[in-house]
Amino acid sequence: MSSHLKTWPLSLFLGIVSFPLVLMYVYLVIDTITVTPPGSIIPEKFTLEDWRFLFEEATGRRPSIWSVTLNSFILASANSIVIVSISATAGYALSRLNVPFRSFFLAGMMVLHAFPTVTLIVSIFLILQMVGLYNTLIGVILVKASLLMPFGVWIMKGFYDTVPWEIEMAGVQDGASRFTVWRRLVLPQVQPGFLALGVFAFLDGWSEFILPQVLAPSSDVQVLSVYLAGLIADEFYFDFGLFKAVGLFYSVPVILLYLFFQDKLMNIYGGGSKG
Amino acid sequence: MRIVLDAVTKQFGAVKAIDDVTLEIVDGELLALLGPSGCGKTTTLFAICGIHRIDSGRILFGDLEVSGLPPQRRSVGVVFQSFALYPHMSVSENIGFPLQVRKESKAEIERKVDEVADLVHIRELLERRPAQLSGGQQQRVAIARAIVRRPDILLLDEPLANLDAKLRLEMRSELRRLQKETGITAVIVTHDQVEAMSMSDRIVIMDDGRILQIGTPDEMYHRPSNKFVAGFIGNPPISFADGKVEDGRFVTEGLDFDLPDRIKKASVTAGQNITLGVRPEYLQPDFATPIEAEITFIENQGREALYDLTLAGGHVFRSIQSGEPICKLGDKIRWGIDADASFFFDDQGKRI
Ligand SMILES: Nc1ncnc2c1ncn2[C@@H]1O[C@H](COP(=O)(O)OP(=O)(O)O)[C@@H](O)[C@H]1O
Ligand SMILES: [Mg+2]
Repeated sequence: MSSHLKTWPLSLFLGIVSFPLVLMYVYLVIDTITVTPPGSIIPEKFTLEDWRFLFEEATGRRPSIWSVTLNSFILASANSIVIVSISATAGYALSRLNVPFRSFFLAGMMVLHAFPTVTLIVSIFLILQMVGLYNTLIGVILVKASLLMPFGVWIMKGFYDTVPWEIEMAGVQDGASRFTVWRRLVLPQVQPGFLALGVFAFLDGWSEFILPQVLAPSSDVQVLSVYLAGLIADEFYFDFGLFKAVGLFYSVPVILLYLFFQDKLMNIYGGGSKG
Repeated sequence: MRIVLDAVTKQFGAVKAIDDVTLEIVDGELLALLGPSGCGKTTTLFAICGIHRIDSGRILFGDLEVSGLPPQRRSVGVVFQSFALYPHMSVSENIGFPLQVRKESKAEIERKVDEVADLVHIRELLERRPAQLSGGQQQRVAIARAIVRRPDILLLDEPLANLDAKLRLEMRSELRRLQKETGITAVIVTHDQVEAMSMSDRIVIMDDGRILQIGTPDEMYHRPSNKFVAGFIGNPPISFADGKVEDGRFVTEGLDFDLPDRIKKASVTAGQNITLGVRPEYLQPDFATPIEAEITFIENQGREALYDLTLAGGHVFRSIQSGEPICKLGDKIRWGIDADASFFFDDQGKRI
């Protein structure tokens, strides 16, 4: 109770500052299900007209929203799975094993992570074209995952670093193989890290725009972000209500995931506190 | 089981953490590895259990050479300094883990865990997580986990260092009881000489990666092989004074007395540098070899009193006497040393 008393000025301040943001979100929701006359901000009547895209079949102009959503989902999940499984092992190796060129790897990863994606886009495009992965989801997934990989490995290395050496020594002494020690004794302790990194990678894949836009533009492999951008790129048929509704649809999973995992996500920034 | 270290050396880069260590651990004894921080005690322990590969020498368990075997194939239980319990497992899972990786049956594991839990008195804690235990309880769990599979030898790295003072006293006798009851061969690492003296059958004193002396607590105290050992063992510590041999006498500023016969016989030459070492209990008001000094410090511990005596030449000696203090700070006194019970060290630090 007393802590509430002490923090109320802070809560009030944050409330005031974030009120415009909340208002914008609320208005976005209201706006997609009502008709508002031009020049007014008070809605006139209720309508689901803007949400009709949910039930539309694919047309020549636009693919079906559901196939696009599925593509986005595949991209995000695959990104998450690839990042988590490779970071799990690479992070451990860099944290614990005496791998050759260890410091070179660590320094290299920092540089790689700092590299702006856009500068690589042309060469990546050429490479994908050459190996035949242009206009495929696999191509986008591979590129996306490898660009995020240094970050993931680095984060997981940080989590592994917090696990005491003596726990592994004890495991080995108790007769377990190095692999068993990793799986049964070390992994459970970095689990919060995996969860956080998995969610992070999922959201990162979900929101990716530039890579799928350039590397997989055709309608059967389109993802939501590209679909959304396509709506306003269309000069002749510009449906602002549709754009808002799709935008909301696109951000709902993000908000849900965030609500579910917000404290887990904080682990990434907290440097691996054990949950 | 009898454990032998034969000329074992372990280097970390340029640092020789253990240097030509030869040591025999007798079956069923509790051996203490004693020495200052950084002298190589933990490294020696890790060499025995296999976590560190040794650079040269041999390690034998019984007649079997284990130097090349990985930790999993040596039968050694280790209690780590930080206890190293597995935080995500309950106490019973922690203790059962060594049996589980050996694929023993569930019933068998349960039976052995219960048995060892009774032995270390943690029966009622089996369902808890390590985070819900006090330091002393964590230690009992760590010990239980180390001995549950009946290893050939039990190694404990500074087992009492992470406990508070009262618990330390309790665990001292508890550890001794466990070792006696199981009859296991045990090596206990400590930097606290009181611990080593009170718990172990024999003590190994190390410094800078080398063994200085091996012996029973009694031998260590009454027959230290050199100045380092004499200074390390004993609380309150021994006092030293550098001097010279002159005409069969020990001479230093403020002190001059006839050397005991055993020292004279031990071929000391006139003019030789020699160090006197006097334990506080061998400096008393009525002892034979007179010493004149000023009292510069008194510590009244109730049952006994500690005095610092400063000689005219600046040498400081310590005395411990039972009862309340018999003089005041600044008093000039004339007490005596028991020269026969005192130690003399040559200029290499070896006891004469
Ligand atoms: N893994 C290691 N890498 C490098 N040097 C080490 C390592 N372990 C111990 N040392 C060094 O070896 C020496 C002995 O260490 P240690 O056996 O831990 O001492 P103690 O346990 O007696 O305090 C120290 O100088 C220490 O710095
Ligand atoms: Mg140590």
